[in-house]
Amino acid sequence: MFKEFSPLEDKLFQVMDKDGEIIAPEWMPEISEERLVKAFKDMLFARTADIMAVSYQRQGRMFTYPPNFGQEAISGGMAIVMRDQDWLVPAFRELGAWLAKGASLRDIFLYFMGYEEGTVFRGANNMVPISVPIASQIVHAAGIGYAINYNKKDEVVYAVVGDGGTSEGDFAEGLNFAAVWNAPVVYIVQNNQFAISVPFKKQTRSINIAVKGIAFGVDSIKVDGNDLFAMTKAVQVAHEHAASGKGPVLIEAVTYRRGAHTTSDDPTKYRTKEEEESWACYDPIDRLRKYLVKKNLWDESKEESLISEYKKEVDRQFEAAENYAPYPLEDVFKYLYVDMPDDLKVQKVEHEKFLKWKEGLK
Amino acid sequence: MKVMTMVQAVTDALDIKLTEDPTIVTFGEDVGVEGGVFRVTEGLQKKHGEHRVFDSPLAESGIVGSAVGMAMAGLRPVVEMQFCGFVYPAFNQIISHAARIHNRSRGRYKTPMVIRFPYGGGINALEHHSESMEILYAHIPGLKVVVPSTPYDAKGLLISAIESDDTIIFMEPKRIYRAIKQEVPEEKFTIPIGKAKVLSEGTDVTVVAYGAMIREAQKALALAKKDGISAELIDLRTIYPIDRETIAQSVKKTGRLVVVHEGPTTFGVAAEISAMVEEDVFQHLEAPVTRVTGFDTIVPLPRGEHHYIISPEKIYYGIQKSVRY
Repeated sequence: MFKEFSPLEDKLFQVMDKDGEIIAPEWMPEISEERLVKAFKDMLFARTADIMAVSYQRQGRMFTYPPNFGQEAISGGMAIVMRDQDWLVPAFRELGAWLAKGASLRDIFLYFMGYEEGTVFRGANNMVPISVPIASQIVHAAGIGYAINYNKKDEVVYAVVGDGGTSEGDFAEGLNFAAVWNAPVVYIVQNNQFAISVPFKKQTRSINIAVKGIAFGVDSIKVDGNDLFAMTKAVQVAHEHAASGKGPVLIEAVTYRRGAHTTSDDPTKYRTKEEEESWACYDPIDRLRKYLVKKNLWDESKEESLISEYKKEVDRQFEAAENYAPYPLEDVFKYLYVDMPDDLKVQKVEHEKFLKWKEGLK
Repeated sequence: MKVMTMVQAVTDALDIKLTEDPTIVTFGEDVGVEGGVFRVTEGLQKKHGEHRVFDSPLAESGIVGSAVGMAMAGLRPVVEMQFCGFVYPAFNQIISHAARIHNRSRGRYKTPMVIRFPYGGGINALEHHSESMEILYAHIPGLKVVVPSTPYDAKGLLISAIESDDTIIFMEPKRIYRAIKQEVPEEKFTIPIGKAKVLSEGTDVTVVAYGAMIREAQKALALAKKDGISAELIDLRTIYPIDRETIAQSVKKTGRLVVVHEGPTTFGVAAEISAMVEEDVFQHLEAPVTRVTGFDTIVPLPRGEHHYIISPEKIYYGIQKSVRY
């Protein structure tokens, strides 16, 4: 696959076109009909949650949130292949992958409401917290991969980054370390065309991102990230490659961020309506729906009632997050060290004295 | 007991822990085959294998960042940065991750790792090879900073650092890597992190120092003794968490304090100790705290370094200033 779709020739790995037609049946991944329908429903659920998250933020019930709208097939493909024991090293825009790993929507909302507890992802085995400093997690993945080899474990690391992150030094260092150490890592770049406001062509002179992997001796491929079949196949091949001791893989998933960078961002400042519309026909959910309808696997008329069910569930999870306990002072100090220095204990006690004094003011 | 230099004591500590705990790995630039530019890891790859003691690609952020990943996956990495002045490319990984993973994950993941590197001047080196930047790490929430001053301390403190579940910055005074030889127990022992040591008792003035400055301070104390001044010397051993109790108790007794360090003066360790002493034993102070510390300049290249470096005479000058106030 890596040879047939060489990034050096700027080849794009695609299985399904925008009308839901299979154009490369020889690359069609093996997925049962049942699993496929589940994948579609999961993407639909993630999109429902994502749209509602933006609206909760607009209502002032949540802080900054990064929308996933238009990028759901990337998480969708990862979700099909990732196993419970595999590691997920997230960036911050892979809602579907987090949910697939076992993170609860309540926790995810908690994080964007301002609780560290939300990024612990307690239900998700081998998933590490969200990494805000761009691309720094790429290096962690190499280290986790080293530990997997060291302990001879059957695990693969999935690490995600955006197109902007590929300009960071840590992207290069992480890829290089993983390659030298033959670490079992699947690197997935969500190339959604923008790093906040900066377009891809101002980010790099490379013809694509996948070529950067080749320089490090990493098998790399550029994939249509809005094509669930292409994503799934690429991730399957990459997973097997990494798990069989052949080292890391770099997947550039080409997509388009249909929403804002975060709820604090205004895309009208740096892109046109026409451009946004030109990408709308490649929407990953619409494409997959077309395929499923043609195959009689999906009844579009039932979608509305399904979405309203999803909305109720999202609301339930959001309300559970809103009803989460207040943030105690103790939690500011408690987790910084395993063995807490006395200075911190004193600082907490001193602050409590102040609080007591403040009460007396009333 | 065996006579060891500080380099040998550090090697010995690493060897003991590598033997005892299979989750420990140690790596960095030239750490494997060569045994590091100061030969601290010499022989360890041969003994413990290439998967446990190894060379990494030349990239500091990559070294610390991958150690963070290893730690999250259950290993206990000890990484070497080649020089104090070369650590800066790794700052994002140290400050944003190594210091924070435990807090961010509410204790689900920890980073039991040691980042060790040689620091300090006096070795006629190129630029970026002589600085003492402990304060940069001591200021960062989530880190602990340890600086040994003798072979014995280096062994005991490093073993404690490796056994700690927190991220430890372990700074080795390279100027005395081989200058001091001392009898060190061959078996395993630990020295607690966060505890200072009173090296010699005195009644007139307290001198606080650490790392390579201990030896210079001891020479200064000998000069002071000739003049009838009885100085108490405290080796800080750990910069953070700082042992303010030991310092406070001593100053309570002497009423005077001189703090010595190689790093720049302004916003330095001495400044912090000065504030602490004022908070804790203000009423016992008989003189302002005296700082015998580095200029707020770059450490000059070798031909100019003698201007910068802190001599025993300069420390004694500080002691006199305090005592005669």
